[in-house]
Amino acid sequence: MSLLLKADQIYHSFAQTEVLHNITLQIHAGEIVTLIGPNGAGKSTLLKILLKLIEPTSGSVNQKAGLKIGYMPQKIHIDPTLPMTVEYFLDLGQPRPQNRLFFSAHHTIETHSVVEELNIGHLLKQPIQNVSGGEMQRILLARALLRDPQLLVLDEPVQGVDLQGQTELYHYINELRHRRQLGILMVSHDLHIVMKNTDQVLCLNQHLCCSGTPQSVSQTPEFIAIFGQGAEELAIYEHHHNEHTCEVTHGHHNHLHTP
Amino acid sequence: MAWMPEFLVFALLGGLGIALIAAPLGVFMVWQRQSYFGATLAHSALLGVSLGLFWNIDLSFSVIAFSLLIAVGIHQLGRKTQLSSDTLLGILAHSSLALGLVLLSLQNNVQIDIMSYLFGDILSITPTDLLLIGAVGLITLLFYLKHWRDLLNITLNKELAQVEGIDVKRIQLQYVLLLALMIALSMKIVGVLLVTSLLIIPAAAARRLATTPQTMLFFSLVLGIVSVIGGLGASFVWDIPTGPAIVLVATLIFLVLLNKKAPN
Repeated sequence: MSLLLKADQIYHSFAQTEVLHNITLQIHAGEIVTLIGPNGAGKSTLLKILLKLIEPTSGSVNQKAGLKIGYMPQKIHIDPTLPMTVEYFLDLGQPRPQNRLFFSAHHTIETHSVVEELNIGHLLKQPIQNVSGGEMQRILLARALLRDPQLLVLDEPVQGVDLQGQTELYHYINELRHRRQLGILMVSHDLHIVMKNTDQVLCLNQHLCCSGTPQSVSQTPEFIAIFGQGAEELAIYEHHHNEHTCEVTHGHHNHLHTP
Repeated sequence: MAWMPEFLVFALLGGLGIALIAAPLGVFMVWQRQSYFGATLAHSALLGVSLGLFWNIDLSFSVIAFSLLIAVGIHQLGRKTQLSSDTLLGILAHSSLALGLVLLSLQNNVQIDIMSYLFGDILSITPTDLLLIGAVGLITLLFYLKHWRDLLNITLNKELAQVEGIDVKRIQLQYVLLLALMIALSMKIVGVLLVTSLLIIPAAAARRLATTPQTMLFFSLVLGIVSVIGGLGASFVWDIPTGPAIVLVATLIFLVLLNKKAPN
């Protein structure tokens, strides 16, 4: 598997407060890495550092030369004064066409397999502000995929999507990584659906509290301490047991513990 | 146009030039909810006049230089401070306007009509001003030809735009600098207090007619031109101040279109 992205000993502070402590991780082609953690754990900050949107206080991020990233932001607000159809929105994500200033009816979008697979064909002519939360998530994913990326970065991809839709969306993402050999980095706080197809789970709480396969991570005391109820639910279908993973992957002791 | 007095020809050309520059800047100001930013730039431009008089340098030059300086300053400051940009801009706008007015009043030896800077004095447009407006118009055109899609993507989501390979900081700074230039040049036409309206009213009115970003830009251009011609005409016929007349015509168009439902 080829290495797409590598982060080494990332530390980050905002005005004296340390939000990320010694994070090291790698993402390979065809691999799903899921970043989980409570609110304020530094998930978004880490994501921005990996995407090179902000510079870490120390540490390094190396992306494979010429790495094409498809990014799906958590939320997008489009002012109602901006007249724009869904199709136009998708077209803007494409690399700039040569010698063409403005958007013109663009058949490659309408007929693109991604549009059909994500079932957004009927939305193309609608104003982007009129679509529902779940539809918007699919449109954002489509925009990321239309760029034909090698690495897909998804920030809370199933927000606002109903349960049935969540399962479908994750199923689709999982299929994509096999079909396209995509590397996928996902941020999430809903655990049980994500876990099944993830190769590596990283629990973040300022430092990497535990990491490993979903099976091993879900059994660690640190994981259960942070995620409590949700984790127990998860454990129902994770039988594999390896409680030493967390002790091995982290060296610091300021964890959260429930009484 | 031999039948028109020369000052009116200058006024018309200057006004139309400014309307053409204002449209592309104005639509993005509306889409990005940045109208207060424009107002702040405009208010602080008056400080450029005061400083120009104070140091006895060419006024057009000092206003342009000072506006650019302020634009860069606000642009940088907005990224560093904890204050909400709304509060920050409010403080800057009015403190710089106040300082500008105080400095002007201290210069006893200079006879200056403060109203002409606050509300415009279209009769004072010179061929040099027209040349400057032409030059800025050309720069604006080139900038938009190159970065139209980039600007739209930045408007949608800055982080997404940057991940997709757009140099967000550079393009935003260039936009702000163009805005500062436009405001400095339109001071003689509508004055510092009314500049923002020239940017946002035609754009807001155009929303009612447009279904795509570029048709909104097109209608904004047309409505800007109509406002300038209508305002100048009204000013000439009824002997009312030109800047406010232009703004009122634009507002009238906006109100008429308000009753029309937006296409989407």
